[in-house]
Amino acid sequence: MLIYWRVNSACTRPFALSRTRLRQLPAFALLSLLQFFPNVAGAVTLPEERADALYHRYDGDNVTIDGPSLLVRKNFKETVSVSANYYVDNVSSASIDVVTSGASEYSERREEVSVSGEYLYGKSIFSAGYTNSDESDYEADTYYFSASQDFFGDLTNVTFGYARGDDEVRQNGNDDFVEEIERNAYRVGISQVLSPRLLMALNYEAITDEGYLNNPYRVYRYLTDPLDPSAGFQQATEVYPDTRTSDAAGLKFLYHMPWRGALGTSYRYFTDDWGIDAHTAEIGYTHTFGPHWIAELRYRYYEQGQADFYSDLFQFASQDEKDFRARDKELSEMSSQTVSLYVNYERKIGFGPMDKVGVSLQYDFIMLDYDNFSDLRDTEALPGEEKLFDMDADVIKVLFTLWY
Amino acid sequence: MKSLLTRIAVAATTLGLGACSGTGMSSLQPEPWVKPYERHLLADPIMRFDRDPIASSYLHHVYESREGARGALGSGGGGCGCN
Repeated sequence: MLIYWRVNSACTRPFALSRTRLRQLPAFALLSLLQFFPNVAGAVTLPEERADALYHRYDGDNVTIDGPSLLVRKNFKETVSVSANYYVDNVSSASIDVVTSGASEYSERREEVSVSGEYLYGKSIFSAGYTNSDESDYEADTYYFSASQDFFGDLTNVTFGYARGDDEVRQNGNDDFVEEIERNAYRVGISQVLSPRLLMALNYEAITDEGYLNNPYRVYRYLTDPLDPSAGFQQATEVYPDTRTSDAAGLKFLYHMPWRGALGTSYRYFTDDWGIDAHTAEIGYTHTFGPHWIAELRYRYYEQGQADFYSDLFQFASQDEKDFRARDKELSEMSSQTVSLYVNYERKIGFGPMDKVGVSLQYDFIMLDYDNFSDLRDTEALPGEEKLFDMDADVIKVLFTLWY
Repeated sequence: MKSLLTRIAVAATTLGLGACSGTGMSSLQPEPWVKPYERHLLADPIMRFDRDPIASSYLHHVYESREGARGALGSGGGGCGCN
């Protein structure tokens, strides 16, 4: 479950997709919550027995990442559920970060394995899991635990979760470079039935990171002569704080229309001690066509302010380890918009132990605009006067599911 | 709208009242307003916040790789959300 698309490898091929400057939480950021929120309609139950085969592909800014994800879940005696997931990212990157560093396109592979178990006891579900993510210069282990309980005639469900991550950061081409990160995530969620047609979910999550939070391949830039931009700029390895703490709270509603359709909306507020504040809003409509077809159209808007220590162009080099410097576009002031279209077909088959099959085609078009991250391929302009960078990305997912 | 806000407020205090149920204050708890036989629409698969966790988790991963924010992505619905 990773967290960030680790990408990069070798000093000769820095920052690909991202190794997102912010080593986002690995696995646990998503795994526990998604796995342990109970069925919304009330009454805690074990997850469905199903097998999923997903092909995913991301294509944007000369970066292509694709691969399979296979998930199998099996329940035992109506009280125990176990699952296993195998996920692969095949990365090919010539992103702006790569080409502006003078590196050439590179390829690499990341593999991830997850196992989890759930135990149903009365109106409670206890869950635990483990994920390992491995690639050439980064390895992450994540452990999580979650407990979920129904209240109030099964109209209310509360979930508490904790996840712990231990990462090892390496640098291709530099065998002496080995750093560590410790991550902790604490979360609570409430699902509430508000009416026979309306559901609400409220989630809060606090995450702390401690360790080497830099991307060892990324650099910031500063003017060679602060009084004369025409003298050009120089680059140096970024200087990051060694801790980060963030808080996020999200609220969702889902409403069943008078016909067989559903309207959903959500909002999330995020803030951290690096100075980033972000807002995410989303709206989606789901419509059915006959008993087998489901179509969904969604729109998502996201915006964030920059980190305190981000700058597209610094005046001077960092003076010491506490004089933080970053030029990761993920820390800049930016916004994104996503339009998503999903089509799903499901049919009961009742063949042996197989109950139902489904196939889903999902397409997301993402537009990212950066307000203070320059495109350094614009070499004609003076430092600080280059045109701003923007990019689009296509995300395709093809999902086959078998329920049994 | 007033009714909706009232229900949200009641839901928000449900847990607190629940904690008092063992101390003689159980009579203060509101009655569940949606009966089991009224939940057939909520049981519709389209009423899951996350119908395909494996796919939505992947998209969340994309966002976390491209944006600074993270967390609080929990969603209702059973099933595993890996990646």
